[in-house]
Amino acid sequence: MQSTAIEITGLHKTYENGFQALAGIDLEIKRGEIFALLGPNGAGKTTLIGAICGIVQPSAGKILVCGHDNVTDYRAARMSIGLVPQELATDAFESVWNTVSFSRGLFGKPRNPAYIEELLKKLSLWDKKDEQIRRLSGGMKRRVMIAKALSHEPDILFLDEPTAGVDVELRKSMWAQVRALQETGVTVILTTHYIEEAEEMANRIGVINKGRLVITETKDALMKKMGKRQMVFVLREPLASLPSVPDYTLALEEGGNKLIYTYNAHQDDHDISDLLEKLSAQNIRPREIESRQSSLEDIFIQLIG
Amino acid sequence: MNYRGIQSIYAFEMGRTLRTIGQSIASPVISTVLYFIVFGAAMGSRIQTMDGVPYGAFIVPGLIMLTVLGQSVSNASFGIYFPRFTGTIYEILSAPLSFIEIVLGYVGAAASKSVIIGTIVLITAAFFVPLHIAHPLWMIFFLVMTSVTFSLMGFIIGIWADGFEKLQLIPLLIITPLTFLGGSFYSVKMLPPFWYKVSLVNPVVYLISGFRWSFYEQGDVSLVTSVTMIGVFTVAALGIIAWIFRTGYRLRK
Ligand SMILES: Nc1ncnc2c1ncn2[C@@H]1O[C@H](COP(=O)(O)OP(=O)(O)OP(=O)(O)O)[C@@H](O)[C@H]1O
Ligand SMILES: [Mg+2]
Repeated sequence: MQSTAIEITGLHKTYENGFQALAGIDLEIKRGEIFALLGPNGAGKTTLIGAICGIVQPSAGKILVCGHDNVTDYRAARMSIGLVPQELATDAFESVWNTVSFSRGLFGKPRNPAYIEELLKKLSLWDKKDEQIRRLSGGMKRRVMIAKALSHEPDILFLDEPTAGVDVELRKSMWAQVRALQETGVTVILTTHYIEEAEEMANRIGVINKGRLVITETKDALMKKMGKRQMVFVLREPLASLPSVPDYTLALEEGGNKLIYTYNAHQDDHDISDLLEKLSAQNIRPREIESRQSSLEDIFIQLIG
Repeated sequence: MNYRGIQSIYAFEMGRTLRTIGQSIASPVISTVLYFIVFGAAMGSRIQTMDGVPYGAFIVPGLIMLTVLGQSVSNASFGIYFPRFTGTIYEILSAPLSFIEIVLGYVGAAASKSVIIGTIVLITAAFFVPLHIAHPLWMIFFLVMTSVTFSLMGFIIGIWADGFEKLQLIPLLIITPLTFLGGSFYSVKMLPPFWYKVSLVNPVVYLISGFRWSFYEQGDVSLVTSVTMIGVFTVAALGIIAWIFRTGYRLRK
């Protein structure tokens, strides 16, 4: 079995109006991982997904899906993909059951009522199976779209902002379902604006901005590489001025009540006891010590500037 | 071939048709009855025969064609325009379907509906005039081919249109005049020579002529010409659709 789910080289997309939405994307997504595409509005996330799934025509570049070129060997490439687009688009007058069965048929798969039943039950749609889609709530409609995308048992699932407009509880349950999918071997590629979501879900994160991938890293490596740690010394008496301790980046907060030491997370050669000794030599004795860690959000803002 | 994919689209489209079958049938039946009252009864008493056929019977093939053309164009254009409009087209575009398969599904369904409605109009007509069909197989051939050709045209219109107005404009502006001027209610041979020549660039003339021939062995042009022209239209429409899918015109962004 191929170890790469998606392989993209030199992907460009310039829309008809001349707008360049993708400016040279190279990306490899491994089988079985959860990959989060993170980027601000208009970064090119939906365009990138569209190009992989056959909805957007690339201006240049090559896309392989499970080793199959998505233009010359589009049948094989598309067979392995399930897509949940960003916009809710459903056939309002169809029933849930029919619309999901229809999707399976489009992919040429034989009918399998048992599988569809299981799918609808997993997505808590079973009691709505005969309901017309127009009578469902927004969150339910989104789940119908997920059911449609999974109806043909794809190896790769694209979720373009799956949790936009979904309440907290349902979001948590979707996360759990995505993880369960991963356990069955499905590769999941999701886009999100919620950094906590990427942090919570993804194995790897790609940050995209203005049509370029700014960085692609595993979540842990990203945190390590870009993340800052801070040591906060809560002082007994406020300091009037910053003490001078060579080799340490220090700052004062809260009117001199807190002394902040900032260091890079991937530097493991820092020495707190040394700093403490140097501080105590200057008669500075902390009452409490806290540590802080930058969130993915800070990193994100740092990256897209 | 992704036969299941074709079948899914076909069944989906036919399902949509069946849900609204009442309206789909009522309007052509009512207008056919009206045409018979106006043209058959009122005018038919003045015009005795046309090409040796009683006028009431003479207009039957033209009336069927009138309905079939309109239905084909509107069904097929709506069938593909609607998913573009609602956004559900994403699913068709991302499915492992070739353009031929997509066309077979949508156009097949639209053409089937036209054939059904054409047949219903034929049955309605039988209540008003004694019908005689000289070549039933040719009759079916022309009915089916006309439905297919004009459903293909409708499909193209449905992809080209970027609003509901355009979707209705083309049938109103082009299809209806072509049908009326195509000899639905008269023989184009009756026209002055100049207008007869002009009529010959109207594709509908060949369809109606061939169709009428299958009833009464009377046509404005020869059978061979009719069949050839239908073939030409079908190939031309398929060519345009192939180009649409290759370039992604109005389908892929
Ligand atoms: N059909 C189109 N024609 C022209 N420009 C387009 C088209 N679709 C998208 N764009 C532009 O391409 C850029 C990328 O859009 P895209 O939808 O990929 O962004 P995104 O990262 O998904 O944003 P969001 O987070 O808001 O969903 C945007 O600037 C958008 O205006
Ligand atoms: Mg988007």
